[in-house]
Amino acid sequence: MKVLFRESYEQDLGLFRDNNQKFRYFLLLCLAVVLPFILGDFFLGEATLFLIWAIGGMSLMILVGHTGLASLGHAAFLAIGAYTTVLMQTKLGTPFLLSLILGGFLSSLVGVIIAIPSTRLHSIYIAIITLAIAILVDDIIVLSESLTGGVSGIYAPKIVILGVEFDRYSNIDRLYWLVLIILITLVLIYKNILRSPLGRAFIAVRDSEISAAAMGINVKKAKILSFAVSCFYGGICGGLMGHFSTVFNNETFNLLVSINLLLMIVVGGLGSIHGAFFGAAILTLLPVFIAIIRDGISSFFDVSFYSIPGLETFIFCLMVIFCILYEPMGVNGLRQKIRLFCELFPLGGKTFFSKQKSFLKTDRLK
Amino acid sequence: MKTLELRDVNLKFGGLLAIDNLSLSIEENQIFSLVGPNGAGKTSVFNAISRFYDINSGDINLYGRSIKQLKTHELASVGVARTFQNIELFNNATVLENLLVACHSRKNTNFLSELLFLRKVRNQELEYRDVVEKVIDLLELQPYRYKRPSELPYGLRKVVELARALSLKPNLLLMDEPGSGLAVEEKQDLAFWINDIREVLGITILLIEHDLNVVREVSDKVAVLSSGKLIWTGKPCDLEKSNRVVEAFIGE
Repeated sequence: MKVLFRESYEQDLGLFRDNNQKFRYFLLLCLAVVLPFILGDFFLGEATLFLIWAIGGMSLMILVGHTGLASLGHAAFLAIGAYTTVLMQTKLGTPFLLSLILGGFLSSLVGVIIAIPSTRLHSIYIAIITLAIAILVDDIIVLSESLTGGVSGIYAPKIVILGVEFDRYSNIDRLYWLVLIILITLVLIYKNILRSPLGRAFIAVRDSEISAAAMGINVKKAKILSFAVSCFYGGICGGLMGHFSTVFNNETFNLLVSINLLLMIVVGGLGSIHGAFFGAAILTLLPVFIAIIRDGISSFFDVSFYSIPGLETFIFCLMVIFCILYEPMGVNGLRQKIRLFCELFPLGGKTFFSKQKSFLKTDRLK
Repeated sequence: MKTLELRDVNLKFGGLLAIDNLSLSIEENQIFSLVGPNGAGKTSVFNAISRFYDINSGDINLYGRSIKQLKTHELASVGVARTFQNIELFNNATVLENLLVACHSRKNTNFLSELLFLRKVRNQELEYRDVVEKVIDLLELQPYRYKRPSELPYGLRKVVELARALSLKPNLLLMDEPGSGLAVEEKQDLAFWINDIREVLGITILLIEHDLNVVREVSDKVAVLSSGKLIWTGKPCDLEKSNRVVEAFIGE
């Protein structure tokens, strides 16, 4: 087993635990950058969608995983981001990046306005409020048809930055890189939050509100800031998702999206950035995986296999149930356990992990 | 100079009078114990001081300044730290992070600089770490820095909670039953540390404790509460000489 020797306090403040980890993430980054040269257009599109969902996962992870406020209506903030970004571009003609960021800020502002009254509430009641907001935003989109296009939806214009076009159909590789850059920026900011007093305040509020207050943390302010950051991420995710799907309406951001986001981070593992990525990977790659297997089976046995509607949802739900029963920390927890087991190989026993089976407070919507 | 002064404090829950006209005063650098049977209102006094409850009448002064109008989280910045009867640690953070949370009241960086993790934030983190490491050295928590409180035995969690309160650099420390659930040796350690905290760090301590041995060993002054009323104050050695105290504890 590797033991990490710490020589200075500054070592604990770094982005990476040690050089080994830094190297591994560097390799991952290299792989992510060269991916367009390896994959075909279809799979690259799926990879882009995965990155966008990962941003959405991080958005909800800040709120649910780190601050312990369950949100059942996060799609509303995605919708606000998407509509703001696209409408700014088409009606006002602002450049893409600016409108994306403004979309994030507007979403964040709405989040703060909702957060101010709901910080008086606990857990399940916040979930109910956000659920109501999601339904409300859905209705507002349909009703303000002249602006949003209502049920028939609106087209996202082409993304042009400094004369370079980023289009889903003609140059998906550029779009992929753009999303990758945005994602990395957001991950770095998330990581900064976690290693600064702000992230500790979030965690403190999640684990015990009274002792957080006794330790000098303004619980209300921490919750509002958490909403602000989370909704900003949500707005960015929505803006990118709107552009990715080129045409979208209120159905693109329906209740199912919110629930998918929540289930995604539960399966991925609450309380870690990794969890958001694992969850996003499962959510986006599972349908692709199932399609590949189905095609394989039908060509091998020479029978035509119709797609079974709802199979992905079924498998996904099975995974959620499995996670809740056996692996409360999700895929990320499983990864850590497997890693620890390999590091200590002959010493690990059956009861080895029984002690680590602790729930986060949000897991049970106490 | 009086560190803490309670003047005619009344606290009601509906029809129940939890604290009945209580007046106490605690001198600088004193260890003051609050004892009494269950339901006497000891923890309510603590919650009133640390602003979890709003008192109905009376006044609470810290260094001559009223803290009645302060919010719960503002109390940390005037130097009041507390521990809880049922341990309230941040179970899914490491011990180190638990202690660093307590430095929050001295924070002077804003939201934006934290998002970007500027040099100012980094330097502040290092300052915090220095403070926390001193506390870790004092309470001998070195092996547990990167463990989570849920992995630690009960006695150690109590120590971590004490360490967290000390990381706040308090002037006044409120300890709610620090000895409950501890073994005999752990209680001796605790008594030793309480004395140490007073002498080395110069902190005034208000203590709730059921174990009269610990009370006798550490405290300078004892107050006995029964049904929200103050029935006796005096030196710990005279505790059992008072008939009213014996009556409140054991019955007639």
